[in-house]
Amino acid sequence: MTEQSVTQQGVNHLVVVGNGMVGHRLVSTLRARDGDGTWQITVLGEESRPAYDRVALSSYVDGASEQDLRLDDAGLQDDPLVTHHLGDAVVEVDPGGRRVTTASGRTLGYDALVFATGSYAFVPPVTGRELPGCFVYRTLDDLDAITEAAAAAVATTAPGRRSAVVVGGGLLGLEAARALRLLGLSPQVVEVAPWLMPVQVDARGGALLHRLVSEQGIAVRTGVSLTGIVRDRDRLVATLSDGVELDADVVVFAAGIRAADGPARACGLPVGPRGGVLVDDRCRTADEHVWAIGECAALEGRTYGLVAPGYAMAEVVADRLLGGSARMRPEQLDTSTRLKLLGVDVAGFGDAHAATEGALEVVVDDPVAGTYAKLVVAPPSSTGDASTLLGGVLVGDASRYGALRPLMGAPLPADPVALISTGGAEPDASALPDSAQICSCNAVTKGDLCAAIDGGAHDVPALKACTRAGTTCGSCVPALTRILQQQGVELSTALCAHFDHSRAELFEIVAGAGITSFSALLSRYGRGRGCEVCKPVVASILASLGTGHVLDGEQASLQDTNDHFLANLQRNGTYSVVPRIAGGEVTPAGLIVIGEVARDFGLYTKITGGQRIDLFGARVDDLPAIWRRLVDAGFESGHAYGKSLRTVKSCVGSAWCRYGVQDSVAMAVELELRYRGLRSPHKLKSGVSGCARECAEARSKDFGVIATEQGWNLYVGGNGGFTPRHAELLVSDVDSATLIRTIDRFLMFYIRTADRLQRTAPWIESLDGGLDHLRSVIVDDALGICADLDAAMQRHVGSYADEWAGVLDDPEKLSRFVSFVNAPDAPDPTIRFVPERGQAIPAPAPVLLGVPEVSAR
Amino acid sequence: MTTRLDTPTAVPARAGEAVSCWLTVCTVERLLPGRGAAALVGGTQVALFRLADGALHALGNIDPFTGAGVVSRGLVGDRDGEPTVASPLHKQVFALRDGRCLDDPDVRLPAFTVRAVGGDVQVGLR
Ligand SMILES: Cc1cc2nc3c(=O)[nH]c(=O)nc-3n(C[C@H](O)[C@H](O)[C@H](O)COP(=O)(O)OP(=O)(O)OC[C@H]3O[C@@H](n4cnc5c(N)ncnc54)[C@H](O)[C@@H]3O)c2cc1C
Repeated sequence: MTEQSVTQQGVNHLVVVGNGMVGHRLVSTLRARDGDGTWQITVLGEESRPAYDRVALSSYVDGASEQDLRLDDAGLQDDPLVTHHLGDAVVEVDPGGRRVTTASGRTLGYDALVFATGSYAFVPPVTGRELPGCFVYRTLDDLDAITEAAAAAVATTAPGRRSAVVVGGGLLGLEAARALRLLGLSPQVVEVAPWLMPVQVDARGGALLHRLVSEQGIAVRTGVSLTGIVRDRDRLVATLSDGVELDADVVVFAAGIRAADGPARACGLPVGPRGGVLVDDRCRTADEHVWAIGECAALEGRTYGLVAPGYAMAEVVADRLLGGSARMRPEQLDTSTRLKLLGVDVAGFGDAHAATEGALEVVVDDPVAGTYAKLVVAPPSSTGDASTLLGGVLVGDASRYGALRPLMGAPLPADPVALISTGGAEPDASALPDSAQICSCNAVTKGDLCAAIDGGAHDVPALKACTRAGTTCGSCVPALTRILQQQGVELSTALCAHFDHSRAELFEIVAGAGITSFSALLSRYGRGRGCEVCKPVVASILASLGTGHVLDGEQASLQDTNDHFLANLQRNGTYSVVPRIAGGEVTPAGLIVIGEVARDFGLYTKITGGQRIDLFGARVDDLPAIWRRLVDAGFESGHAYGKSLRTVKSCVGSAWCRYGVQDSVAMAVELELRYRGLRSPHKLKSGVSGCARECAEARSKDFGVIATEQGWNLYVGGNGGFTPRHAELLVSDVDSATLIRTIDRFLMFYIRTADRLQRTAPWIESLDGGLDHLRSVIVDDALGICADLDAAMQRHVGSYADEWAGVLDDPEKLSRFVSFVNAPDAPDPTIRFVPERGQAIPAPAPVLLGVPEVSAR
Repeated sequence: MTTRLDTPTAVPARAGEAVSCWLTVCTVERLLPGRGAAALVGGTQVALFRLADGALHALGNIDPFTGAGVVSRGLVGDRDGEPTVASPLHKQVFALRDGRCLDDPDVRLPAFTVRAVGGDVQVGLR
């Protein structure tokens, strides 16, 4: 079969071989820039699925769907100038005749051909590597096969643990080990190098990584290789070079990748010394009609196994095809990596191994905190200039990566030790040269950003849109904000289109002018009717100032649905219910009531991270009856639905623990009852540990308390989530009364001055002077506002009342808890459940107005 | 003409469609100003909104992005003067007058005919 590409005059035909991440980027960039439609594009892909995000491949085992991982191609699907033939690999290229042939026998002519075939997984030539149960880790199909094999292994009833061997302890191997653990197997990682992730980190960083990974339940063997695999009844036995034999249900090879350069080699195109289609800095091969990009390209002889250089190559080729003169720039070949593996932060950048002649290494190694940081610097010159940063390694805490990496090649703004010590100096963006790369995912330099700002991009979304900076992993977004400010752009602090004020300004207005309603505030200081942004903010401010029940009068119309129904909205329109269990302390009788309520209302039950119990799947109309029973048994609202105090987690403390030095449970209960119901700019979490072993993980909380022999240490500004942060020490060895007074002031100062949805960590960072300023305000009373803050907290404590009891006592409020105003007894037919591990969970993929699969209860 | 409350075959009239009769769903008092509530009209879930100025709006209650019946529980407001409701799940904003999604031009909610008569809220039927 021969397909003649029907091209019109002036239209050229581009064939892209490979529909992976980089091939996809080429097509989308070319289509975005080729306004005149000078190129008609055919994509030939071996994988039968539309292009997907391979970098995020492992999230597939966490439950991300193929759809979630799909690269955005809505526009390309309908584009008349783009044709995809998927599941049909190119098997032959004829450069002389300028045509390609596919496995199915399709033949296509081209004016330009781009190889974007990526890599394939390298499998060392050991015996038994073809046995069933052996896999590689590269594609969604691989993951489907691994998942199936793991499920079959887990389902067998044979005695013993189900296990897996991962060959390779690099980035891929550790990701694979994590995935296998999620699939229910016990993974063992085998790495031939003396330490893990040898490419990115050095020996000491690798040693710490080894320890942190082992603590996650993953066995690691370094310095040994796999020599063979045999089948033993239903299982596999992997033999290592030191003679050790490992039983395994599944073996995954993650021992490196090789450029997929087969068709290019076969047609005689030159390849690099270690494989890969040889290209110059225009990404052009020896044939002027043929290009290669991504992992299959050997750019000036070297291949790159990361997506960012591949994207840069795609941009260069798109530009060249349109007659431009782009070339690859050295900074686009940055192989810096930052990742969070198994909860362990790791980053390596630049010359991590100090290979540069004369390079010096500055190391801060803290085995107790579980952090390791190294900077590699060129020695200061004899003229006394500052030292130049060449690279670095961060393990355990990579939060400084975003600030350090752009400094590469630049003189260091501070003493290198200070830059990697806890509480040390933060480098600032104004010190960066224009060549510093700010977004490594998309190779955007500070110069590019400044040019975009000069061109009119005056806020973060605009910068993202015109440079793509911050659109991939997002870790450089704070740097974008700093550069905007440094370029003199006034970032608007307006809350929304209805108010020109920031949240903190509105707080002062409401408190100072004694305003008690949204409509009064809007008519005097705002415009329009308000929106989903300003209404909840004002509702929260009013609640912080203590203006009665959150559902009284007009306030009811301001609350987000969670606050409106005093429960947490879930994906299928049901709500979850969390009774307060202060400090995580609950009586057996209380537990029984919670269990009975869950059973009687058919609620899915789960223990939360904050030491309480979440009951899921409640319909709006069931909430009052559920709460009637909970309130009668002595429970009260847990405020899981509010931007307010969630929990104060505790360890068991000196009452029981052999090591405890203070009664952490009593303190946690006291704090939780003191601050319950306090509305704030964002949720607030806390913890109290009874000794320095820190079992309550207090340092990951907004305010965390750790007992000392003399009293208590208070840490502030910690959080988990997307950017985890350790809280920092505010005061030490204080008595209980001082502790509570300091927390009172900390919280009230935060509530007054933080931005909407700003957690305590970024708030402290935003204070001019940071933690020191905070301490001077709330400990030394430098602004003379402490008496005010104390009085405000006193009002809160004195006026607290349980919100759910308030609803149950008010027939008018109760009447709002129905699915349908005209049919109070009719259940919502869109709510459907399916059974999962003995409980009910929402039915997947909601079908609009479908027939219930399993009737609810 | 006004029909009975429980009309399993009732179909609400889209804005612009001819109304054959009206279904009373609740009293005007029952709707909090600036807030929504859902009603069941035959097999259709309708989200009703009463604005602070007294205006009534009716849209489909099923959030097109998730399939959940939650539109009535969103916050109402305005965008450039156009009255809106924001889905409580992922906060996409819809115009109350015609159901257009202001964040995604390919999506819209059905808008239904609604009126207040003698203190009652009535939805028009086809
Ligand atoms: C688990 C995992 C985690 C990763 N994590 C990161 C990370 O954190 N950061 C990072 O930068 N990179 C990461 N990578 C690497 C990143 O995915 C690759 O750098 C990127 O996908 C390269 O894009 P590409 O288009 O060159 O190759 P690919 O995405 O592999 O695409 C190549 C495509 O070409 C197809 N193909 C091959 N031969 C032919 C043929 N003859 N005919 C037609 N089609 C063909 C292949 O089937 C494939 O679909 C990770 C990779 C994996 C597997």
